[in-house]
Amino acid sequence: MQEVTTEKKEFTPNIVAFCCNWCSYAGADLAGSSRLTYPANVKIIRVPCSCRVNPMFVLKAFQQGADGVILCGCHPGDCHYVTGNYYTRRRMALLFSFLNYMGIEKERTRVEWVSAAEGARFSAVMNDFVKTVTELGENKRLTDLRVKEGE
Amino acid sequence: MQRIGVFICWCGSNIAATVDVQKVAEVMKSEPGVVYSADYQYMCSENGQQLIKQAIKEHNLTGIVVGSCSPRMHEATFRKTAEAAGLNPYMVEIANIREHCSWIHKDMDEATEKAIILVRTAIAKVKLNAPLMAGESPVVKRALVIGGGIAGIQAALDIADAGFEVDIVEKNATIGGRMAQLDKTFPTLDCSACILTPKMVDCAQHEKIDILSYSEVEEVKGFVGNFSVKIRRKARYVDETKCTGCKICMEKCPSKKGLNSFNMDLNTRPAIHIPFAQAIPNVAVIDPEQCIKLKTGKCGICQKFCGAGAIDYEQKDTFIEREYGAIVVATGYKPINLDAFNEYGYNDNKDVITSLELERLMNAAGPTNGVLLRPSDGEHPKVITFIQCVGSRDSSGCGKPYCSKICCMYTAKHAMLIREKYPDTEVHVFYIDVRTPGKNYDEFYRRAVEQYGVDYIKGMVGKVYNENGKLMVQGSNLIDNEQITIESDLVVLAAAIEPEPSVRKVATLLTASIDTNNFLTESHAKLRPVESPTAGVYLAGVCQGPKDIPETVSQASACAAKVIGLLAKDKLKTNPCVAIPDESMCNGCSQCANVCAYGAITYENKEFRLGGGKTEIRRVACVNPAVCQGCGACTVTCPSGAMDLKGFSSKQIMSEVEAICKK
Repeated sequence: MQEVTTEKKEFTPNIVAFCCNWCSYAGADLAGSSRLTYPANVKIIRVPCSCRVNPMFVLKAFQQGADGVILCGCHPGDCHYVTGNYYTRRRMALLFSFLNYMGIEKERTRVEWVSAAEGARFSAVMNDFVKTVTELGENKRLTDLRVKEGE
Repeated sequence: MQRIGVFICWCGSNIAATVDVQKVAEVMKSEPGVVYSADYQYMCSENGQQLIKQAIKEHNLTGIVVGSCSPRMHEATFRKTAEAAGLNPYMVEIANIREHCSWIHKDMDEATEKAIILVRTAIAKVKLNAPLMAGESPVVKRALVIGGGIAGIQAALDIADAGFEVDIVEKNATIGGRMAQLDKTFPTLDCSACILTPKMVDCAQHEKIDILSYSEVEEVKGFVGNFSVKIRRKARYVDETKCTGCKICMEKCPSKKGLNSFNMDLNTRPAIHIPFAQAIPNVAVIDPEQCIKLKTGKCGICQKFCGAGAIDYEQKDTFIEREYGAIVVATGYKPINLDAFNEYGYNDNKDVITSLELERLMNAAGPTNGVLLRPSDGEHPKVITFIQCVGSRDSSGCGKPYCSKICCMYTAKHAMLIREKYPDTEVHVFYIDVRTPGKNYDEFYRRAVEQYGVDYIKGMVGKVYNENGKLMVQGSNLIDNEQITIESDLVVLAAAIEPEPSVRKVATLLTASIDTNNFLTESHAKLRPVESPTAGVYLAGVCQGPKDIPETVSQASACAAKVIGLLAKDKLKTNPCVAIPDESMCNGCSQCANVCAYGAITYENKEFRLGGGKTEIRRVACVNPAVCQGCGACTVTCPSGAMDLKGFSSKQIMSEVEAICKK
């Protein structure tokens, strides 16, 4: 472990972003077509609705070495599936507080609402999230050590 | 064992400029499971698609990954390509290396590295894809148009002319919308009523059109081809089938002090009224807030005088439920509230009016019978000052950041009409920019300046104040670089327009996307401008963005073309990415049905073999694939993990997470 930390010059976090197909994924597309930059360490997984994100997926991400996980969905009341994002909000509030209790700081996890028309907001949210997670440094909790050994 | 093909698109220089596409394609060759990897300038082109088809056949591919633009752009294209080559269309995954990579990153190494990860992620997913078959659902051959303005009227007429039934739901007592309030229309100065009212009559007489005026959409269920809509028919206290529109009730009504909203509250009307002379339907409506009988129980004069016996004080709101295949939203606009623009003195001075109010003051059917008189004292105004961009292009937070688009043209029209009718009137226009793109538009504006001598002043107005009965308009003249004050008799504000507030409720009911300015979002800004991302919902008129009448009519006809195309089909392919329960794990707890917004989940008692010849009967979940919309809420809710979503299975998403996190 000692070696690994000294080798690294600058820490860049690995961020997993789950985006709903109807609002946030489209918002990310708009950020792209508007050329609104955000760091390359954000990688997006498309899901039909933010409520498709099982807490298991978030745990898996941290276990596999993610430093931050963000879920993006339609604004409350605007869910393409009527109520999906309400479930997300409740589920993730619970999950994130458990994670915080386990030592995964609550700043590493986030739920944000980004509409299809909010490319600028998507980019701003991602920039801010990456900045926050970078300041926190590498996530060591929950990480499957076997994953690290493979390095 | 899966045999995966990877196709990396350059998108000309859109991807290739920041992602080393050849390197990405090369790296993918050594990925486990990948048997073919190539790059090409334009994968979506005929040649690109041919390359994919050929590779599928030659290398016997079982799944493909296309590293290209957003799946929202070309997923459908590449699915068709795969299908044409004999591969199940759902064995295609897109790695979005344009919108989510090349366009937002500048460093080539960084972007290439990310592109490699994104393509790997898509490979990880496609390996777990399963061939899916789309089901079919019937199409209800009837359309709903929400809003009876010019957009709704045009869409309804075009759809009905193609032979399909159309219902227009209009929240006001008559159709016609904003256009009915206008006097003349630019750039030809046609009389608005002369071109609109015949269309309104066409709607009323068309055997395929049913006008549901004074009604609102209350509930929407279902999906494209099969919407079930509950409509509230508000009590108008007049039997629509009996009223003959004779207007005797309007003459006799003793409560005449209600503000006439059709005339922008510039005059009054009786409690029982027909909004305007050419209203469709030509049926009276009672304002319950104003009617003495409804408020106190005493009066009943209109009932006494109504020869047709149409008055019914006991009428209640009723609800009807109808099925539709497609829905057109045409909810229109309103001028913004000007409370935040105190500097123009709109709330304090009667003679500071909005352009829509001026429109009524100049209309022959308006409160002054078309004679331009000041609201304060009924005098002819001698000096009129127009102020442009009141709340438009205003990012201060008070107004709207966008350009309302119609104001430059209607102000030129107003100025011209005033100078034509009252040549002794001085007309000044304060503007930031004059924007006149459109056929014959700039020529029209030039006429106002050159032929009619309208005084255009480039500059903004600081304030309008009253001094000795005169309105002092203080502003800057940027051309001469000086501060000026114009003593005016009438000030006209070109107030920004915003979507009719009821559009929010409609958007929620239809689960249609809406932006921060309350404009409904189209599916694609350029290529699918009249479709909402919600299948079966179409957008016409200002509800989608500021536009004038010619544009609105074009968009409405475009909507109609889309609706006709949809209704002409007998069956629609349904989305096969629906929930699927693993019956061996399901214990019938009902939690999934509780979260399902569509009622797609039911329960059945099924017999299961336990081994040793024993069987048991258990209650298990069943998903109706025609009703399920594939959101995945149930998959996460299920305590035993029995529910999964086709196309977005837990295993697939987990493998994507793994691929992203792999260091």
